[in-house]
Amino acid sequence: MSLARLTLAAALLAPALGLADTVTVVTSFPKELTTAYKKAFEAKFPGDKLEILNKNTAAGIAYVREQQPGSRPEVFWASAPDAFEVLASGKLLQKVDSGNAAIPARVGAYPINDPEGLYKGQALAGYGIMWNTRYMAANKLPVPKEWADLAKPVYFGHVATSSPSRSGTTHLTVETILQGEGWMNGWAQLLAISGNCAAITERSFGVPDGVSNGQFGLGLVIDFFGLAAKNSGMPVEFIYPSMTAIVPANIALVAGAKSPEGGKRFIQFTLSEEGQMLLLQKDISRLPVMPAIYAKAPAGYPNPFSGAIQAKVNFDTELSESRYYVVVALYDQIVTFRHKELAAATKAVWEAEKRLAGKANPQLDEAKKLVFTPPVDDKQIADKALLALFKADKKDETASKQKAKVEEEWASKAKANYAKAVELANAVK
Amino acid sequence: MNRTNPGIVAIGLAIAAFLLAFLVVPVATVVYTAFSNAEGGFTLAHFSAFSEISLMRESFANSLYVAGMTVLCASLLAVPLAYLTVRFQFRGAALIHTLGVLPLIMPAFVGAAAMQLLFGRSGSVNLILNDAFGFTLPLMEGLHGVIFVETLHYFPFVLLNLAASLANIDTSMEEAAQNLGSSGFRLFRKIVFPLALPGYIAGASLVFIKVFDDLGTPLVLNVTNLLAPQAYLRVTSIGLEDPIGYVICVILVVFSIAAMSGSWWFVQRRDFAIQSRGGVSAPLRRLGPWQTVLANGWIALVMLLVLSPHLGLLLLSLSKVWSFTVLPEQFTLMHYATVFEDSTRMIWNTFLYCGLAALLDVILGTAIAYLVLRTKLPGRQLLDHMVTVALAMPGLVLGIGYLRTFRGVELPWFGPLTASGVIFVIAYAVRRLPYALRSCMAALAQIHPSLEEAAGNLGAGRWRTVRRIVVPLMMGGILAGFVTSFVTAAGEISETILLTSRESLAPMSYGIYLYMQSIAGRGPGAALGVIAVVLIGVGTWYSHRLVAARAPRDVPGEKT
Repeated sequence: MSLARLTLAAALLAPALGLADTVTVVTSFPKELTTAYKKAFEAKFPGDKLEILNKNTAAGIAYVREQQPGSRPEVFWASAPDAFEVLASGKLLQKVDSGNAAIPARVGAYPINDPEGLYKGQALAGYGIMWNTRYMAANKLPVPKEWADLAKPVYFGHVATSSPSRSGTTHLTVETILQGEGWMNGWAQLLAISGNCAAITERSFGVPDGVSNGQFGLGLVIDFFGLAAKNSGMPVEFIYPSMTAIVPANIALVAGAKSPEGGKRFIQFTLSEEGQMLLLQKDISRLPVMPAIYAKAPAGYPNPFSGAIQAKVNFDTELSESRYYVVVALYDQIVTFRHKELAAATKAVWEAEKRLAGKANPQLDEAKKLVFTPPVDDKQIADKALLALFKADKKDETASKQKAKVEEEWASKAKANYAKAVELANAVK
Repeated sequence: MNRTNPGIVAIGLAIAAFLLAFLVVPVATVVYTAFSNAEGGFTLAHFSAFSEISLMRESFANSLYVAGMTVLCASLLAVPLAYLTVRFQFRGAALIHTLGVLPLIMPAFVGAAAMQLLFGRSGSVNLILNDAFGFTLPLMEGLHGVIFVETLHYFPFVLLNLAASLANIDTSMEEAAQNLGSSGFRLFRKIVFPLALPGYIAGASLVFIKVFDDLGTPLVLNVTNLLAPQAYLRVTSIGLEDPIGYVICVILVVFSIAAMSGSWWFVQRRDFAIQSRGGVSAPLRRLGPWQTVLANGWIALVMLLVLSPHLGLLLLSLSKVWSFTVLPEQFTLMHYATVFEDSTRMIWNTFLYCGLAALLDVILGTAIAYLVLRTKLPGRQLLDHMVTVALAMPGLVLGIGYLRTFRGVELPWFGPLTASGVIFVIAYAVRRLPYALRSCMAALAQIHPSLEEAAGNLGAGRWRTVRRIVVPLMMGGILAGFVTSFVTAAGEISETILLTSRESLAPMSYGIYLYMQSIAGRGPGAALGVIAVVLIGVGTWYSHRLVAARAPRDVPGEKT
């Protein structure tokens, strides 16, 4: 045990003695953020070297999993809370006791830190709508306030979103809408918004990028994409709709890392006042978890602790995780891969609506129902067998065959519905 | 001459071992997954599952369509360009050839992103069109957007191979035809093009295969109804265990092998070898005044298109804000300062990895071409087929195969293989080897064996013949292979993302990718992209000069 104690003592003294530790951080965050933290951290602890390993969340999990204990990276740092649950259930995280007492336990009703203490909230994130002011002016589009606005005909062909299977933050947005509006209404809204989209981008960054350069008018994004673009001088604006959720972006120590002490030092640093202040940098523009920091923020900086962001939805992580695979597969089958057909059907419905000028018409109602109803209803999504099927071992032959069959049913039903809706809507005089 | 000696056998075995370890085993893992069930037994269930998914059938058809159309469009661009610059007196022909290679050195996703700014929904061209005429062109939308970008990105394959092929044809054939009264298009159609067919077919089949399994471009354009994106989406979003992703990989492999063997069979069944390559080549022909105007106009148009992604990238790298306007409104040099402060290491890494990989490629390529075409070593065709498989492997899957296969392998000096620079060199070399090999094969196919026989009759041994006769005559093809390998490796991204275990090991393409993932970072990303294009462009031009100095007749466009 004396050896362990010696190691501990050495590790504790390391920063003072200038012993070198390489801290490897797996993260999905953009380069501005990681560079700022690297510079500040290395300046404060000259003995430590920070190695950034930038991977999207899913790839990051796979990477941590594949490394042998003892050579794993030290820190995992990302937005999606689900990812940390996955790592925790794989026994890949290690508890960090210390923290910053100035960080509260909750934001709204949502706990900032993991109740088990395996990961800690490092910043907060909400989801919202970002738009290009020049694009909006050139196309004479009204400014939206709520997600429901984006489902209106006027935005047809001007919106962009990513797919939840590609982007953890888009999945959180989709899940927030589904939880806030309920399954059926939520999908009706999501389908109308997606039908209005000019593109379903492959990367979540494709949305803010496209809005910033004027390729798209509006996009569904995580707040810091919108705020950072605005603060970097792009002609864009960002709002939080009331039906949003504020969720922490987390940081955790990986179990079996090469130098856990160095990892702890970095986590501690990101939670300290100094580390939290970095989040306010113009090109980062994230929401700190330490309420006191907002006093030093520039005027107009959104403050989730003051009630300035409404955040009506209490995000249910367990529910989200239980149906994750069904939601992303469903979205891909009926939206991402059928986007051309969905957009055509949406367009036909809007045009019919315009021709009718407010008059009720059973054919149009039928067409709308065909386009904006998901092939899985609220009873089916509560079905344990369906959820289990999508969580089954990918090597299980019967399960994967059955899963493919279910997906094919969704896809062909969606395709047929979209085609039928176009027919019906076009027949409306 | 054709007896198999122990040296040849040893070389053959060494190459086979290399390919086995770094290509066959990772690929075998992929194939095994596609055909195995949970217990490890053989099954066809995944394939029947695949064929029952309408999306997969549609993606399959779309992939064929996009690849076929791209070959057609790329040929329309490249064939006149190659013919005009190699056969006619043309100022700046070398420049055109160098510029023609430029699209290849730009990672596809960067090129597509830059082209969005110019040709996209609110790109410069459409903003001007909308202002002046009130309509816009959906140039970058859907499958046709992919074809447009891929054509500009991959047509240099046809250009490079065809130009090398044309330069190797004895001009006396053409002179004979001209003496007999043939000229213009008829001369090209009846004499020049058929003789240059090996190069053309090599280039065209490369384009087909690269487009068939390209990932970056469709993803940036948000087109997902194609096979490669489907494989990528399945593997990355459903998980590494998803069998359909592996089924798609197997289909990609099968199709690529079919396309390659098709082109191989086509070249084999006719004799393209030309006996006389020596002597003085005929002076370059002159174009008539109208022809000159037409030709120059065509070349200017093509060059403008080819350079447009680079132009877009340059503007982006210099712009502070560029949003919904024809041109950026404020210019700045700060992005370059950021890059030089943060990322010189990445530039150096790119040169190191890609240079070593390309060197390895031409050595292996020359050796394999020689073994296949000039020896009767049993199983030599197998080497060629193995290399062809490398073309069809999506980098992502090969990368995963590497990580799995070589996990825990320690190298002296470098530490763990998968966490060292060595893995980049190997990964790049394996996937770029087919390019080098095609160039070397085409070059060797055009050298008539009688030249070597003559050397043999004069008492030269096999090695001496290879060194003094074969390699020098092949030099144009070898260099084309080196350049193609180098520049495409420099732009590779899917393997790179997977294999980068530390930022300090990362090459430039990874840096561009990283920067491009953030709003404020698009400028530095573009700046790094511009630096990459300039450095590699200069390298390419210099290599042309190098060949010109050593073997003037082998280089297109350097004859003044």
